[in-house]
Amino acid sequence: MNEVRSQQPAGRSFRAEGFDYRSFFFSGLTGLATLLILAILGVILLNIVINGLPGLSWRFVSTIPKKDFFDLETTGVLPMIVGTTIRVLVMTIFVIPVGVITAIYLTEYAPNTSLVTRLLRAAVNNLAGVPSIVFGLFGLGFFINFIGKNLDALLHNPGPVWGQPAVLWASLTLAVMTLPVVIVATEESLKAIPTGLREASLALGATKLETIVKIVLPQALPGILTGGILAVSRAAGEVAPILFTGVAYYMASLPNKLTDQFMDLGYHVFVLSTQSPNIEQTRPLLYATVLVLLGLTFALNLVAIIIRARVRKKLRALN
Amino acid sequence: MAEPLLPKLTVAPPASPSATAPGPALIEINQLSLYYGAVRALKAISLPLQERVVTAFIGPSGCGKSTLLRCVNRMNDLIDSVRIEGGIRIGGHDIYHADVDVIELRKRVGMVFQKSNPFPKSIYENVAYGLRLHGTTKKSEVDAVVEQSLRSAALWEEVKDRQHSSALGLSGGQQQRLCIARAIAIKPEIILMDEPASALDPIATARIEDLILELKKDFTIVIVTHNMQQAARMSDFTAFFYLGELVEFDTTTKIFTNPAQKRTEDYVTGRFG
Repeated sequence: MNEVRSQQPAGRSFRAEGFDYRSFFFSGLTGLATLLILAILGVILLNIVINGLPGLSWRFVSTIPKKDFFDLETTGVLPMIVGTTIRVLVMTIFVIPVGVITAIYLTEYAPNTSLVTRLLRAAVNNLAGVPSIVFGLFGLGFFINFIGKNLDALLHNPGPVWGQPAVLWASLTLAVMTLPVVIVATEESLKAIPTGLREASLALGATKLETIVKIVLPQALPGILTGGILAVSRAAGEVAPILFTGVAYYMASLPNKLTDQFMDLGYHVFVLSTQSPNIEQTRPLLYATVLVLLGLTFALNLVAIIIRARVRKKLRALN
Repeated sequence: MAEPLLPKLTVAPPASPSATAPGPALIEINQLSLYYGAVRALKAISLPLQERVVTAFIGPSGCGKSTLLRCVNRMNDLIDSVRIEGGIRIGGHDIYHADVDVIELRKRVGMVFQKSNPFPKSIYENVAYGLRLHGTTKKSEVDAVVEQSLRSAALWEEVKDRQHSSALGLSGGQQQRLCIARAIAIKPEIILMDEPASALDPIATARIEDLILELKKDFTIVIVTHNMQQAARMSDFTAFFYLGELVEFDTTTKIFTNPAQKRTEDYVTGRFG
């Protein structure tokens, strides 16, 4: 032992052997990649804000347009703001409970190793990979043609009430599309709750349900809301799933019930850029509409983020 | 040594007369074997545990003492791969019988864990949790039991002015005493303690030990410990486990001064383990 020690040089310094090119190169690479993303985001946002801002006015966001809506001076986007907001809110109301309950089943009840559980998880993951236009077709086939039409037959409606595109069906289609996001986020936050807390509750004679409701879910709430935020961000700008399920090219009045069709900001951007008789003249209007869509998506996210911040603050007071 | 294919008939030596002297046992563990999948973690353990005394389970890590403890309130039910043979009777009732209500069992058999695990709620809410679960909702009643439980757990003086602040702001020792208060609030008959002081400093440990000696007047206590001195100081009876077998069970005095088995003597004198 002593021999080994004496073989080591006495005054070995801690100086580096030379410049570490590999670390320098790698850290530089990660920095560049980040910079690239920031640059792309910056270009998009700047372009939209600079070109869209001149067209923005209170009149623009509060006017219900006439059928010929290609003139920036007279048109407005109120019905599109209302339509997009409603479809996102209705979607949230459906997707959060269903997603949370599914996640609770998968993490708390389903036997972890069984074939059924593995198939369920695979199904959830595959759902996330389905192209959004397929969800649109699914919504048309399942919600409108199957559920809606049968509901009409059952209620002896003279004409189609449920069996036609509507804001309800569009919202449900979006809910199905964003379900995996909520499920995965909720599952992750449920798994993060320490086993010790569950055991403490069960050892006091709580049932599994009581433990989940009183101990696990309150702690998991911020994670669940993160799932909600992701779902809202994803859904707010989606157009394909609502194409066959509820969006209208033009409506003279605002939707006032869930079976009404609606106008939508994202779809309206598509309409303006493909149906305009004079694309050069429509461009400022297009920019202004895109800016409103961005602003609305941001606002909807902000609401969810504020709710989450409040819940976190409440929890932190105890943690 | 490889696991024998056929289970041995019994490995538990008959308890000495002194161990059963005070009367019929409150908890009777009878030929209990436990399997994690194919691994036999407990081997036909038979053990009578007396009422209102402290029984210590000792033995090296992995000997099955915590596993056995968790059989008494059926916490092992939570693990999918666990299979149990033999049985446990509490007050004459088979707790593994099909019509036993596990909730009722756990109300009567409380548990304190190795790692203190207060809920991320206020001190008051931690103690009140079990009460509210089992139907006590009147504020004056809850208040009274919370105070009484915190007093019994020797915590009241330290926290009476901040009952409504977070339990997670307490020190490790205080948190563990809070967990004890939480367990006794629902008035169990038996309290299982799984190395309750192993993560605490010597002063906090001493407080927990004093508390356990105090609680023994009202509760039947079974405690798992790695600390020989702790077992010797606090318990009336001691069971020594090794590799899933009960090697010896007797009065603590006998186990620590004149054990019948060589292996017990080697362990308590620190020659192995």
